[in-house]
Amino acid sequence: MKTFFTLFGREVKSFFYSPIAYVVLFYFMLLAGINFWFQIQIVNGYPAELTIVEIVFAQALFWFPFILSFPLITMRVYSEEYRMGTLETLTTAPVRDWQIVIAKFLGVLFFYCILWAPSFISFATFHRITGDSAANSAGAYWTTFLLLFLMGMFFCSVGCFASALTKDQIIAATISFSVILICVFLPFLPMVMNITSPAIRDIFAYFSPVQHMEDFSKGIIDSRPIAWYVSMTALMTYLTLQVFQYRKWKA
Amino acid sequence: MIKVENLTKRYAGVTAINNLNFEVEKGEIVGFLGPNGAGKSTTMKILTSYLPASSGRATIAGFDVFEQSVEARRHIGYLPENTPLYTDMRVGEYLRYRANLKGVPGRKLKQSVGDVVELCSLRDVERKLIGALSKGYRQRVGLADALVHDPDLLILDEPTIGLDPNQIRQVRELIKNLGGKRTVLISTHILPEVEIMCSRVIVIHKGKIRASDTAENLLKGQRTAGSMRFEAKVGNDNASAELLKVPGIKDLTADKDGDYSIFQLRLEANTDPSEEVMRLANSKHWTVREITRRRPTLEDVFVELTHSDS
Repeated sequence: MKTFFTLFGREVKSFFYSPIAYVVLFYFMLLAGINFWFQIQIVNGYPAELTIVEIVFAQALFWFPFILSFPLITMRVYSEEYRMGTLETLTTAPVRDWQIVIAKFLGVLFFYCILWAPSFISFATFHRITGDSAANSAGAYWTTFLLLFLMGMFFCSVGCFASALTKDQIIAATISFSVILICVFLPFLPMVMNITSPAIRDIFAYFSPVQHMEDFSKGIIDSRPIAWYVSMTALMTYLTLQVFQYRKWKA
Repeated sequence: MIKVENLTKRYAGVTAINNLNFEVEKGEIVGFLGPNGAGKSTTMKILTSYLPASSGRATIAGFDVFEQSVEARRHIGYLPENTPLYTDMRVGEYLRYRANLKGVPGRKLKQSVGDVVELCSLRDVERKLIGALSKGYRQRVGLADALVHDPDLLILDEPTIGLDPNQIRQVRELIKNLGGKRTVLISTHILPEVEIMCSRVIVIHKGKIRASDTAENLLKGQRTAGSMRFEAKVGNDNASAELLKVPGIKDLTADKDGDYSIFQLRLEANTDPSEEVMRLANSKHWTVREITRRRPTLEDVFVELTHSDS
């Protein structure tokens, strides 16, 4: 356990050694702030059927930075170790491979949570000033952030996997960006192609993060997305371990 | 401490090491010699569980490096070739991180890190970023990392590369002092280093062990030839032919320096034909300017053993 926390601590700290953490945090908070301000303006100007939380998380201004954040925070996780040769010092210490893989994944996930923490403040401030809830109920906050966490889990694991594949950070970022982009936007295919069959639409909706967000930001807990994200995260992390070991043996 | 049995490693199409067998006893300092690409680093990577062997087995302190890899690794302090380090960490921070990772208990952490910082003279740079350090300092950080959990066995892959002569001397002194208490396996191709530090030498070439003995015994070894320098005014005599008739002289090269001829004589092992050479010179009335015997060095042994066609 101590070994794990040592590895985990180094992962989290390593974000803050480089300027990446500060740049990503800055850019993320800026865009989240703009998005929030923008939606308030809209709600102020027009009669709205949706709550602030529902509107904020339905915007492209949320989804694009969201998708872009994963390649940025995961690309160096393994690639950097491969490139600098530190994989050798790391794996010849008395540490098990799965400890490394889990510590790296949770390290990234932890940083992702730090990334989202400030947005709580926006909603809390709104509540405080207007005396009106930003969501339709207290539970809706929790479900929204639960989904953010679940999606983060899956996409972080995708990013880690991509990074484990190559020692080139740019390639890693490109792979994870493409995969996450497909995960988010492929479910729109039936809409784009004008497929009207409800069966096909349902299947695509089942995998759609945008659809999930629509539900969860209303406070609806659906167990199917939860199962989907948790199992996919487990699968990606398992694959990461396999790739990591394969690369290590091959090197 | 180390036991290697029939160890073989094949990369795609290339056999890096071939059926290696050797043992290292506790407290020995063993020099691992060989030309570039001989399989030194590969062997070390297998011993530290970084690479799997294609066949054969190796144990560290009785633990199989593949089956009980984590237990085996606990006994090892390893300095890889080129000393990879996290360049974004500070020296002290990095050593504390490594000590934690290697299971140094919390209450001994400060002491252990302090000791290796002192031992490797890193006190001045303890708060500096590793990325900002010179090669020599990085090398010492790597060495401190290898020592921080007080391992029984040190595996050092070319530890003195990139150091200046003073630092090299310090590191040699350090390694020499580690012997007795700890076992050290050290790879290098700087030969005087081996003679100074190591109690035993293993010479490896093209993935096979060519010799395993003390430096002294290797020098006395059968195949080792010494050489002799002989300078004389020989006039019009065919001195080369005459000299080659002297028993003990294998071959020679001749050179001219004004009236004098300079001969480099290669001798058979454990022979000293200086008397015969002098007698020959007297009978031919050559004026001798110099005759010196050069004792074989480890370098000669090395060249002899690792000469490609041998």
